[in-house]
Amino acid sequence: MTGIVKKIFSSILTILVVACLVFLAFAVIPGDPAVAKLGTQATPDKLAALRHQMGLDIPVMKRFLVWIAGVIKGDFGTSYSYSMPVTKLIADKLPVTVILTVYSFVIMTALSIFTAILAARRENSVMDRVIQIVTQMIMSIPPFFGGIVITLVFGLTLKLFMPGGYVSYGNNLPRFLGYMFWPALAIALPKSAMAFSLLYTGLVTERKKDYARTAFSRGNSTKDVFYKHLLRNACIPVVTFFGMALADMIAGSIVIEQVFGIPGLGRILLTSIQNRDYPVVEAIIVCIAILVTVSNLLVDILYRVIDPRTAISE
Amino acid sequence: MKNSKRLFVSALVLLMTAALCGCAGGKAGEGDAITIGIPQDIEDSLDPHTAVAAGTREVLFNVFEGLIKPDSNGDLKPAIASEYVIDDEGKTYTFTLRDGVTFHNGAPVTAEDVIASIKRCADTSNGDPLVAAFSNIASIDKKDDKTVVITLANPDTDFLCNMTTAIIPADNIDNAGTNPIGTGPYMYVSRSPQENIVLKRYDGYWGDKAFIENVTFKIIANPDTIVMNLEGGSIDMFPRVTTAQAEQLSDNFEIKEGTMNLVQALYLNNAVKPFDDVRVRQALCYAIDPKEIMDYAFDGRGSEIGSSMFPTFGKYFMPELNDTYNQDIEKAKALLAEAGYPDGFEFTIKVPSNYTQHVDTAQILKEEFKKIGVTADIELIEWSSWLSDVYSGRDYEGTVIGVDASTLSPRALLGRFVSDAGNNFVNFKSAEYDAAYETAVTSTDDAVQTENYKKCETILATEAANVYIQDPAELVAINKKFTGYEFYPMYAQDISKIKLAK
Repeated sequence: MTGIVKKIFSSILTILVVACLVFLAFAVIPGDPAVAKLGTQATPDKLAALRHQMGLDIPVMKRFLVWIAGVIKGDFGTSYSYSMPVTKLIADKLPVTVILTVYSFVIMTALSIFTAILAARRENSVMDRVIQIVTQMIMSIPPFFGGIVITLVFGLTLKLFMPGGYVSYGNNLPRFLGYMFWPALAIALPKSAMAFSLLYTGLVTERKKDYARTAFSRGNSTKDVFYKHLLRNACIPVVTFFGMALADMIAGSIVIEQVFGIPGLGRILLTSIQNRDYPVVEAIIVCIAILVTVSNLLVDILYRVIDPRTAISE
Repeated sequence: MKNSKRLFVSALVLLMTAALCGCAGGKAGEGDAITIGIPQDIEDSLDPHTAVAAGTREVLFNVFEGLIKPDSNGDLKPAIASEYVIDDEGKTYTFTLRDGVTFHNGAPVTAEDVIASIKRCADTSNGDPLVAAFSNIASIDKKDDKTVVITLANPDTDFLCNMTTAIIPADNIDNAGTNPIGTGPYMYVSRSPQENIVLKRYDGYWGDKAFIENVTFKIIANPDTIVMNLEGGSIDMFPRVTTAQAEQLSDNFEIKEGTMNLVQALYLNNAVKPFDDVRVRQALCYAIDPKEIMDYAFDGRGSEIGSSMFPTFGKYFMPELNDTYNQDIEKAKALLAEAGYPDGFEFTIKVPSNYTQHVDTAQILKEEFKKIGVTADIELIEWSSWLSDVYSGRDYEGTVIGVDASTLSPRALLGRFVSDAGNNFVNFKSAEYDAAYETAVTSTDDAVQTENYKKCETILATEAANVYIQDPAELVAINKKFTGYEFYPMYAQDISKIKLAK
C-alpha cells in the first residue's frame, strides 16, 4: 500500500513541476499577447494599456506566484482571446478530449485482445498469417494519415459519416458519439496493432508452459484455456504498454482533432499558442499533465491487481 | 475473464451502432438555418469597439450598426440615425435618431446610448482613442431626446465615415466583450471557442428583416477540409475559397467572384539598405509582372493595382498607375547597376505562413527577382510574430501582405504613409507626400481632396514605396439552396440578404 501512496505523491510532484516549467517557458519565449490581440491596430499607448489590463506589467516572479496560488485553488485566470474564465473554457472542452481518448482506448483493448486470441489459437494457420500481415501494415500507419484514409473511405465514399460534421456532446450525444467513433478508430488502429503483437507473443509463449499443458490435459476447451489461464499472464507485459498507449493517445487526440475538425483541447491549445493566450495554454498543459499522470497511476494500480507479485516484491 | 470478453465485444458493438446512428442525423442548412464556415474564431473580442481583426468585423457586421452604415455599393446610408445634417464647414454634425430602433434586449436606443458609445471610443485615458478620428471631437451633446450633435475641433468633411462605429447600450458597456448587444438584423446567441458562433434573427429589427432565422458561423481551422465540409453538407457557404478548392466543388455550389479589397504588395522597409535607395525599389518594380503572379497563383483572377488604392474605391482609384512600371528586365538591371548593385543583392521576404495567397505570391516574386540577379529568401513566420516583428517592430526587409481599409475613406489606405504615422510600417518618407495628404485632409472641397489623394497615390507609385501587385479576387462558395449573397467594398458578410432559393 505504501507503494501506491508514494506513487500518488510523486504524481502530484510531477504535475507541480510541469506547472512551473510551462509558466517559465512562456515567460521566456518571444511573442506578446497584447500585440497578438491588437493586431494591426496596435500603437505603443494602446499596447501599454492592454498589457496593464492583462497584468503583464507585473514582474514575472510575482505573476508566477499569483498564478500558482490560483492554480492550487483551481483558478487559471481569464482567457485573453475569449474573455471567459479558463476553467469554464476547459470544462467545456475537456470532455471532448477525454471521451476521444477513452473511446480509442476501449477500441484498442477490444480489438487487440480479440484478434490476438483469434490468431494465437490457431498458430501458423492461414487466419494467423493474414492477421499478422494486416497488423504489420496497420502498425506503420500514423494516426493522422489513418484519419485521412478513414475520412476518404468511410466518410466520402461509403458515406457512413459526414466529414467535418462534428456535433457538440451537449447538443446531440448519440450523433457526437457516432462521429467520434471514426477519429477514435484512427487513433486506436496503430496502437491495437502494437498491442496485438505483444499479446500474441505472450499468448504463444504462455501456451507452451507447463500450466497450460496441465489445463489442456484437464479437459478444458481451447477457448477456456486462452481466456481463463493464458490471457491473464500474457497481459502483464501488455499492461505497461497500455499505460504508455493511453498517454500517447491523449497526445494523439490533439493531432487527430485537426484532421477531423474537432474543437477539443488540442485545437484550443494550438490557437492559444499562436495568440500567446498564456492562461489557456498553461491550463491545458497542466490538464494534459494531470491526465497523463493519472492514467499512469491507474496502470500501476492495475498492474498490482493483475500480478500480485509486484506488490509483494516491493 | 469470459465476462470481460463479452463486455469488450458488446462495447465494440455499441460503439459501432452509435457510429452508424450518428450518420443518420439531419444536415445543416435544412429549413430556416444556414451554416457558414469561417477560417478563424473571433479571438480578439466580441466587443465591436475593441475588435480589430477583419475576420471579426465581417461577422459582427450582422450584429452591430452605427448611426449610419455602408450598403453593398459602399454608400453610407442612415441606420440608427434617420437623417443627418453637416454644416457647410464640416464642423458640426447633427444626427436625428430613428424612431423605433431597439437593441436586441428590447430597450429603445436613446441619445444617451449614442453619446456613451461615441465617448467610449473617443476616450483617451488609455492613451490613444479606440477610433483614431474621434480625437477630433470637441464635444458631443444631446440636443433633445432624438437629436445628438457632434462638434469637431477641426473641420473634416470625411468624418462621417467614422460614424459607422457601433452603438451599444450604455448600461452594457462593461459586459460588451462577453454579452454583445447591438441593433443589427441578427442577435448574438452563443459561442463555443474554436467551434462556432451562433446568431439568431432579431425580429424587432427596424429595417428589412433578415430572411434566415438561424445562422451558425462554424470555424474550419484546417483549410484542407473546406471542400469536404461543403460537399458533406456540414457548412453551406465559405467566403474566400481558393481557385483550386472552387474547381473541386460540385454543381451544388455556386462560386461568386468579387474582390478582397486588399492592397496586396511586396512591402519594402524603406529605411533599410538597399531599399532606402529609390532606384533599387524601382528596379524591383520593373522586375515583376503582376499578370504573371495572377496567372500562376490565382488562375488569372485579380485586379492589378499600381498604388495603395483598390478599384472599389471608385473615384480615388487610378488605373493608369498600373503602367508606371511594366516588366522591363534590362531597365531593372540598369537601375540596380546605377544604384551600385550591378550583381544584384540578397534579401529576406518575411511572410505570415497562415496566408497561402501571400506565400504563393512570394514564391513567384522570388523567381521573378532571379532574372535581375536579386536573391530573395522567403522566411515563413507565425502571424503573431509578423505582427510583433514586422508590423510593430519594423524589423524586416520585405514582406508580402494585403492591407485592407478599416473605413470607407481613402485615408484608411493612404494615412499610413505619412512620414510620422504610427502605422507607417514601411518607413516611407516624403515631404511632398505629407504636404499633399495634409492638404487633402484639411480641405473641405471635394475636388481639392480628390486631387490631393490622387497626388498621394501617384507619389507612392513613382517613388516605388512598395512593389504593388493586385487586389486579389475573392471567391465565395455558396450552396445553390441559397441566393442573395452580396459583396461589400469592405470586410462584411451580410447574412441578412441571403435567402432560400425557391
